[in-house]
Amino acid sequence: MIEFVRVGRTGALLELRPDGPDVALMALTVRRVASDLGIQVREVVPGARTVLIQASDAQALVVLLAALPDQPDLAPTEAQLPVVELPVRYDGPDLSIVAAATGFAVAEIVRRHQGATYRAAFTGFAPGFAYLTGLDPALRLPRLDTPRPAVPAGSVAIADDYCAVYPRRSPGGWHLLGTTTTMMFDVDRDPAALVSPGQTVRFVDADR
Amino acid sequence: MTSSDMQALEVLTPGPLTTVQDHGRPGMAHLGVPPSGALDRPGADLANQLVGNPPGFAVLETTLTGPRLRVLGLSGSSVVLAVTGAPAPITVDGHPASMGRVLQVPAGAVVQLGTCSAGVRSYLAVRGGIAVAEVLGSRSHDLLSGLGPPALQRGQRLPIGAMLDAGITATTAWPDTIDPPPVLPIVLGPRDHWFAPEALELLTGTAWQVSPASNRIGLRLTGPALPRRRPEQLPSEGVVTGSIQIPQDGQPVLFLADHPTTGGYPVIAVVDESALHHAAQARPGTTLRFVLGR
Repeated sequence: MIEFVRVGRTGALLELRPDGPDVALMALTVRRVASDLGIQVREVVPGARTVLIQASDAQALVVLLAALPDQPDLAPTEAQLPVVELPVRYDGPDLSIVAAATGFAVAEIVRRHQGATYRAAFTGFAPGFAYLTGLDPALRLPRLDTPRPAVPAGSVAIADDYCAVYPRRSPGGWHLLGTTTTMMFDVDRDPAALVSPGQTVRFVDADR
Repeated sequence: MTSSDMQALEVLTPGPLTTVQDHGRPGMAHLGVPPSGALDRPGADLANQLVGNPPGFAVLETTLTGPRLRVLGLSGSSVVLAVTGAPAPITVDGHPASMGRVLQVPAGAVVQLGTCSAGVRSYLAVRGGIAVAEVLGSRSHDLLSGLGPPALQRGQRLPIGAMLDAGITATTAWPDTIDPPPVLPIVLGPRDHWFAPEALELLTGTAWQVSPASNRIGLRLTGPALPRRRPEQLPSEGVVTGSIQIPQDGQPVLFLADHPTTGGYPVIAVVDESALHHAAQARPGTTLRFVLGR
């Protein structure tokens, strides 16, 4: 069974259980089903536990919701999104804070950060800012008490269950582990966003 | 046509916030890109229609006070302009001109939009459109993400697009953007159950005051705090234009076109899309109400 709530006249929010289907894959499934039915969707936006659907009109929404499977019907590999490998220089100003909070040496923090395979769950905050799941639970830390007024573009950061790369200079309250020179969002590139929801991300040494 | 022949508008004074707007960047919310675009869509569309442009051509959107612009072009040439939206005094070389009319303005003339007497945003369309570079398929300035051309700056030259001759629609239709006191129809949810029952009564029973902190991202409304039933934090979820989000202080924020694509505060209700242009013209200090749709 699939549960949803209304969002205005032409939208719906699919609510997925925390232990339920993968949100990003469900969002891709929604797009696939809509495409198969010839239904125009204006937006399909995965969140932490939800998929927002904005259809072109109320009738299209009803038809689309009725046709949705209750599980994503494509595997991550079927989504055919290329794996993104991001080279990181681990020179972040918060490594010592993370070391103190976790009891790990910096080398162990790097090993654990690189050891995980991440998936872009959803975006927000800024164009191209993807919330990556898969962080080693031992690295789970709350956000900084006081956000920085300016975090440099390319900062690789962790907070709560997530890892992310700041696509551009902005305020931010996450722990900064290092930097990547890879552009996460570039309006002159197609696609502009390097990572979209559902995509797999790995971090490697920049000096490798 | 070479670039030296090209017509342009030179910005003599920009006004407090004048931006280029078209129909925005829909369809990219999953990448964190706000929809953006003209806030009073019928107003912008009418301005384009008046000058013979297709809907969605780039126009100028003012905020309370408009710009002063000089028409640049070959001697003897002229441009076709129209101004719609919030009613504001217009002059061409000091002579008064009318809103909602097709204005033929010669090269060298200075067009000025004054301070609007009601509403917030006027729209100036020019035949051929404002031809600044597109960013991700749109010429809209996005206040939240910074995407698109920056707000108008003094001394800037805005190129005007070339257009083959097409009929000019001499319509006199005038959108009801400004006059009726805004009563905005809403659909409850998606998170109405996160609020105490009295919050729903307060939402529709209050004359909400529009705060001066309002902008293209959202209308900030002042009134009684809407009490929550569920105190916990909401995991981030997608939001649409027209969402009435209730942050921790209980004061509603009605999301307009440059809104964040995901949010961590519950949305109590969503304003009908067909009424959003009223929200776009709701002036700080005035009030608006919400009514349950149908």
